[in-house]
Amino acid sequence: MVERTPFLNFFTHLILFIGFVFCIAPFVVVVIAASHNLKDVNDVPMSLLPGSDFWVNIKTAWTTADLGPKLLNSFIMATGVAAGKVIVSALTAFSIVYFRYPGRMLIFWLIFITLMLPLEVRIVPTYAVVANVLEPYQAILDLTGISWLIEKVSGVQVQLSLGLLNSYSGLILPLVATATGTFLYRQFFLTVPDELTEAARMDGAGALRFFIDILLPLSRNNMAALGTIMFLWAWNQYLWPLLITTDQSHAMAVTELKQLIPNVGGIPEWHIAMAGTLIVMLPPLIVVVLMQRWFVRGLIATEK
Amino acid sequence: MASITIRGIKKNYAKTQVVHGVDLDFASGEFVVILGPSGCGKSTLLRMIAGLEEISGGEIAIDGTVVNKLEPRERGCAMVFQNYALYPHMSVSQNIGYSLKVAGVPSAERQQRIQAVARTLELEHLLDRKPMALSGGQRQRVAMGRAMIREPKVFLFDEPLSNLDAKLRVQMRSEIRKLHRRLNATSVFVTHDQVEAMTLADRLVVMNGGRVEQVGTPGEIYTRPASRFVATFVGAPAMNILEGTVDLDGLSLLGGSRRLAMARAGLPVGTKVAMGIRPEAVRLVAPGTAGALDATVDLVEELGAGRVIYVDLDGAPFSVMTSEAVHPEPGSQVGLKISPEDMHFFSSETGARLDVFKASVPEPAL
Repeated sequence: MVERTPFLNFFTHLILFIGFVFCIAPFVVVVIAASHNLKDVNDVPMSLLPGSDFWVNIKTAWTTADLGPKLLNSFIMATGVAAGKVIVSALTAFSIVYFRYPGRMLIFWLIFITLMLPLEVRIVPTYAVVANVLEPYQAILDLTGISWLIEKVSGVQVQLSLGLLNSYSGLILPLVATATGTFLYRQFFLTVPDELTEAARMDGAGALRFFIDILLPLSRNNMAALGTIMFLWAWNQYLWPLLITTDQSHAMAVTELKQLIPNVGGIPEWHIAMAGTLIVMLPPLIVVVLMQRWFVRGLIATEK
Repeated sequence: MASITIRGIKKNYAKTQVVHGVDLDFASGEFVVILGPSGCGKSTLLRMIAGLEEISGGEIAIDGTVVNKLEPRERGCAMVFQNYALYPHMSVSQNIGYSLKVAGVPSAERQQRIQAVARTLELEHLLDRKPMALSGGQRQRVAMGRAMIREPKVFLFDEPLSNLDAKLRVQMRSEIRKLHRRLNATSVFVTHDQVEAMTLADRLVVMNGGRVEQVGTPGEIYTRPASRFVATFVGAPAMNILEGTVDLDGLSLLGGSRRLAMARAGLPVGTKVAMGIRPEAVRLVAPGTAGALDATVDLVEELGAGRVIYVDLDGAPFSVMTSEAVHPEPGSQVGLKISPEDMHFFSSETGARLDVFKASVPEPAL
């Protein structure tokens, strides 16, 4: 229904505008603060007219927090998570929607359960697993007495160990293993007409062929949408990278921002912190701008 | 080209059986149309031939090879779907050539065959378009091209014309017919549209409730329907059916309120029958004419070349199709003249055809 009342138009636009101001105001303050010098940024109240030290501050933030390699780390991690998510979700959804096999529903519900167990909830066991990926297998061997048996027979003590702390794999893999993407794909695959599947079968295409030639090109928009969301989500991860990267060489941009935040009793260099924030904010912004056309289409429309 | 042999085919979905033991033989190069109302199992049967649906019982053989366990691609069938099922992200030429690509045909040969098919179907100027940018009839042609390019032994059509508008449907119908004459491949065409069925078929299979009611040429089906179902399903407007009882010298109709006198034939007196008469076989005469049934006109439908007159026969609906220049007013009386040779008789209980009134039946000695 389309309302044509000038008053209502004005009123709804007013609400929209207020909302917009609420959203944008903090960013405006950040940008302005990033352009002041040390004295101006600590004035109370801070001047809302931009200062002239913007580029100086950006440069200082960049060198102080050594943002170059950290942005690269963040980029590798976020891209890895986004790509991994897109691939794993597409494959699992393909299996669930297009194949009939025993235990299908069980697997479906197992995947579903991961939705209720986000990383933050299972962070301790996840950390334990990443610290030594083979730990669960070691436990199985110990419990069943196999390691005892091996030790008795060969004299070798079984000690499985494969640590992923301070590695890209350790950063990426636990974030990939959740179900959100699987559901997005499942819903999309369910809208693909059965006749298309049958036509492909009549044309002689096997399951994998159908997946690559027909399903993937059709789900391009979904892939873009999921990839964008996952990139942003991974980029903004804080707790997990903080926990498993003790080594500076694998530190993330978002976690390293705290290097720029003034300590209690230190010099209140808020202008540098704000400049750093702007730098870290930029890559996801670029991704959204570039992907937004597909992103919106993938979330709302089913193109047929 | 290939013959198809179907023996005792059954299909169950969980506990419901939708196809009850069908036996059919399609000769090589024949154009067979399977006709029936929706839900009669005709599409299921076609899909079992294609290999898209598992066979619950019985055997299907193409060219003498039992194909029950073969994948669709190994059966040598091509199928045209109701909604065309074109790949939306591929151009017309990619759509047509996809099966060749899957089969690993080299690109040069593929292009050549795509061109040949496109020329046959007059699609040459559309090869680079996406299906989205095509009209219904063009999409239909692309779907046919996709089936043709594989040079299949058998063409399967699953109601391919039902999404087209009436004019285009007639045009595509004749194109399919011409195409069949040229390729001469065995074709099985499923439809619920009887005009489509009559015009296309070499042989017609009428199905109802998962069973075959009758197999025959369109002419046979029309003139000698094997059951009451076939009689009323084929032909438009539908055949009139009047329930009646055989008496000594004719038929007592509509619970005894009307009589039709005729030479006595071989049915025992008291047999309950359903008498069928096609609307186009009824002649309109003046009310009160001897041997005719009087009825009240309800409604007249003008068709241009003729008209359908719906009359009320003691509460029973009855239709007459005439090309004569008569225009009875609704509410007026007309006489309906029915010749015995135009009548069809079906058993009231089983619906099966009873042929006793035909001329060759000898008069039993009294």
